[in-house]
Amino acid sequence: MIEVRSLYKSFEDKDVLIDINTRFLEGQTNLIIGQSGSGKTVLMKCLVGLLEPTRGQILYDGRDFVRMNKNERTALRREMGMIFQSAALFDSMSVLENVMFPLDMFSSMTLRERKERARQCLDRVNLSDAEKKYPGEISGGMQKRVAIARAIALNPKYLFCDEPNSGLDPKTSLVIDALIHDITVEYNMTTIMNTHDMNSVMGIGDSIIFIKEGHQEWKGDKTQVATSDNKALTDFIFASDLLQKARKAFV
Amino acid sequence: MFSAIFKPLQTFGRYLQLMGKVFARPERLRMYWKQYVKEMQQLGVDSIGIVLMISFFIGAVICIQMKVNIQSPWMPRFTTGYTTREILLLEFSSSIMCLILAGKVGSNIASEIGTMRVTQQIDALDIMGVNSASFLILPKIMALLTMIPVLVTFSMVAGFAGAYAISFAGILTPDDLTYGLQHSFNQWFVWMSIIKSFFFAFIIASVSSFYGYTVEGGSVEVGKASTDSVVHCSMLILFADIFLTQILS
Repeated sequence: MIEVRSLYKSFEDKDVLIDINTRFLEGQTNLIIGQSGSGKTVLMKCLVGLLEPTRGQILYDGRDFVRMNKNERTALRREMGMIFQSAALFDSMSVLENVMFPLDMFSSMTLRERKERARQCLDRVNLSDAEKKYPGEISGGMQKRVAIARAIALNPKYLFCDEPNSGLDPKTSLVIDALIHDITVEYNMTTIMNTHDMNSVMGIGDSIIFIKEGHQEWKGDKTQVATSDNKALTDFIFASDLLQKARKAFV
Repeated sequence: MFSAIFKPLQTFGRYLQLMGKVFARPERLRMYWKQYVKEMQQLGVDSIGIVLMISFFIGAVICIQMKVNIQSPWMPRFTTGYTTREILLLEFSSSIMCLILAGKVGSNIASEIGTMRVTQQIDALDIMGVNSASFLILPKIMALLTMIPVLVTFSMVAGFAGAYAISFAGILTPDDLTYGLQHSFNQWFVWMSIIKSFFFAFIIASVSSFYGYTVEGGSVEVGKASTDSVVHCSMLILFADIFLTQILS
């Protein structure tokens, strides 16, 4: 479980995150939603340590990440996996080498064991036949699946996904969502996902926080989204006429 | 006025901080070794062709220029070979060749690391708990420290080959050239070139990596970082050349 307590982040005199308090539970897909520029990527970057919060606490199963020294952070980071918006695969490495990379760096396995584990991960994301290809030779959806395979190679306890559906067609997005959700349950990970994809919200949002202008505006789950009377949330989620009609019909 | 003074100081401070991270203890030597070998191939071996070609032609041109502009009935016939050797050993094969390599290798390093930065590949390394600065930059520095002295040596040999090619074309006799190349030969000049090249190799690898690693933005900024790295590497090589020549001569 990851617990965020009174988290603030400012850039010079601009407050980007204001008093965020939430819990992200294990075995669940925890979504952070909000408009572009609302602060969700900053929150994600604070959680993984790419940005330092101005104040507040981030507790990984009770361990305060903000107050950890460099070595403690490095050790904790080996329990994290991350899927980036751009997949962030290493261009100079093949698909198999990309998945093997965390194992090469941090595991004490033999070469055969590392290859076997990497192939298991690729198999889990249905990419066994692409192991010799390079990131530039595969589609965006396949790149995201390789990123998922790389993220789970070391059996992480915490999985972070920064807009994993960005740039993908709706069908591929659903495949990626389903994969992330299934892996979360299978590995009992604490998964945190930034998104503004409404299919993700309604499909895999076990827990959802809605951020507006740096404030935590709403918290709930996918079953509560449609019936919520929070105007900012409904305006954001049911932005189009079609979705508003669908909501009225549902309610 | 203040920003004109403080900005370079601030940049230098950030460069030193980055170098502090680069020279941290490697996490997994096996992976660094793999990177080191790959970088030697990519930055060094792949530059052999251009080094040989440029050095060959410049050696030939220097030889022609010396023959046309310096040689006269009042000068000994070995003057052309002698001056060609001094130019190649003292300046061309170390300093000028490193300026050329700053363009080829330096821009390659800055754009490669810069692209990794803007496509979040460096963030991915950081989140995995890898010291990204050390993992990406240290093998490049070590590879160039290994390969540039080799390239400088190749450049000397190719330069002399170019001069011989001209002598066989009939501009001067090979015997006169050989005599000139051997006349008052000081072995220290070769070592001086090689010692200078170590410093230049460090400048090229570290400064280019710094500009690539600290890119913020997108492809335009990567292009700018690549240009900045070449400009700053060239300036630093020229400055360093003055001091090193003074110290080593």
